[in-house]
Amino acid sequence: MAYDYQPYPYVAPPGLKETEPRHAVAIVGAGPIGLAMAIDLALRGIKSVVLDDNNVVSVGSRAICWSKRTLEIFDRLGVGDQMMEKGVTWKIGRQFHGDEHVFTFDLLPEEGHLYPAFINLQQYYVEEYLVDRAREFPDLIDIRFLNKVLNHDDRGDHVVLTVETPDGEYALEAEWYIACDGAGSATRERMGLSFEGQTFEEQFLIADIKMEQSPFGDEKVPERWFWFDPPFHSGKSALLHMQPDNVYRIDLQLDVDADGKEEAREENVIPRIKAIVGDKPFELDWVSVYKFRCIKLDRFVHNRVLFVGDSAHVVSPFGARGGNGGIQDVDNLGWKLAAVLQGNADDRLIETYNEERSHGSAENILNSSRATNFMTPKTPIEALFRSEALKLAKDQPFAQKMLNSGRLSLPCSLEGMALQTPGAAQIAPGRALVDAPLSGDAGDTWLLHEVQGDFTLVGFGDVMLPDVPGIRRIGINTRAEYPCFTAKHNHAMRRYGSPKAYLFRPDAHVCAVFDMPTKEEIIHARARALGAELEEAE
Amino acid sequence: MSVMQDRLSPDQDEFYSTLIAAHEGLSSEESQAMNARLILLMANRIGDLGVLSDIIEAARGYN
Repeated sequence: MAYDYQPYPYVAPPGLKETEPRHAVAIVGAGPIGLAMAIDLALRGIKSVVLDDNNVVSVGSRAICWSKRTLEIFDRLGVGDQMMEKGVTWKIGRQFHGDEHVFTFDLLPEEGHLYPAFINLQQYYVEEYLVDRAREFPDLIDIRFLNKVLNHDDRGDHVVLTVETPDGEYALEAEWYIACDGAGSATRERMGLSFEGQTFEEQFLIADIKMEQSPFGDEKVPERWFWFDPPFHSGKSALLHMQPDNVYRIDLQLDVDADGKEEAREENVIPRIKAIVGDKPFELDWVSVYKFRCIKLDRFVHNRVLFVGDSAHVVSPFGARGGNGGIQDVDNLGWKLAAVLQGNADDRLIETYNEERSHGSAENILNSSRATNFMTPKTPIEALFRSEALKLAKDQPFAQKMLNSGRLSLPCSLEGMALQTPGAAQIAPGRALVDAPLSGDAGDTWLLHEVQGDFTLVGFGDVMLPDVPGIRRIGINTRAEYPCFTAKHNHAMRRYGSPKAYLFRPDAHVCAVFDMPTKEEIIHARARALGAELEEAE
Repeated sequence: MSVMQDRLSPDQDEFYSTLIAAHEGLSSEESQAMNARLILLMANRIGDLGVLSDIIEAARGYN
């Protein structure tokens, strides 16, 4: 393997000897989602215990594509720089039909953002960085490796977990149980929750190869290549993507009735890869055969048990919406759960996690199903429409946009949902922050760094912001008693419009907009964002 | 061959999946007939003979 797996130490938990005091939060699963959840809560002063049945980071080839919004969230969690440093930033995607190059897209059409549209980075690196970061909160995050949750029982205001360790079993209580235990979630199985949806018949061979020479020609420019009906793999689709350490991801669509085990054998995989990369020497790092599913739970909130990430929803990989969707779940839940635990909101706010992220996940499922459908036509008429769209795509811009090898994940919009105060602005209430470069007394910064994490009121241009306890204020292109910044190259002013004030939630979604905000309006909008106007739970 | 302005964006995926769904369950003859009706209905909606001639010519050009 290209990655050197170091097992994390197991430490006998105190619960084996004596009853542990009730924990605020138990997080089940120390994958990227569980770890990000623990760090998000720790940054808000909330303690958690993280339980994982394993003791190494993700084995093999899993999530690789991290979107701009995810990187912005990781920035807030404290691992954004590390990910950028190690990750491969790519922006050019080429699509081929047969041996013809049909269309190239550029993911970065706009200047003035801290993070790029996407980076590629193996999941094991992301988990390593998150474990290291989590360990910077020894008083708040208690990670327990080789602690397998065997059972859980929701007692109304807390959950009792039965945990197995190498030294025997113990019981643990937590006010909230967050299931970050992945697509095969044992929590979900124990609760007998239906998890059904579209399963695609086609199988895909996923391989990671290590190869010193670049297949893209110019090594300095990492790209994403996608083939509809490639000459080396007739009638199917193929994807080639670059990761750090000269590792390349290859996805090959197989026959519906292909024998997965047989296809994954090295002697069968090697010729398929040679057909793509030619005579360049390479080593196989990882091979597996998958069928993709697009499924979500009906509800992500079941009283004190909350589903986050793949345990709540799975998608096909085209469009990079699995891991990225999960990180947005974390971003949405963290501040809400902290507000409830700290007495600033009641349980109804947790229900809005269900509403908002169910919506986000449905959007991801819609997009990834459409991409998978486009890539794998089921009937002759579908195949006909696709092949003619590919022909037209040689010069017709509308047809170029129709080619769908994955619509890249954009931040989910929460427009029109209950926590947002309705209003009109360039960035409508519900939408996620759009970054922009700023300069201030302490040097250059980014809107993202000034806004994320807490309720923040931002005034663009000539608009005075009243002082409301607990709400951070910043001004842009103005002078005031609170911190003020200049919009570099005017990006911030162009993106937000002025004069205008925006109230951001702690997850950097806009929750209210104002022309001239009063103190009362701001207090009201924040209360609404904390769930004060939601109907009483049934 | 004339390059035409993109008027579908950003709804191209929604349109494409609606179109494919409309063919679901049809035999290949039924699909062909459905396509013929679609073209006639769309022609009537466009209603401009000059535009229609350009489109026909463009479509022929890809053979």
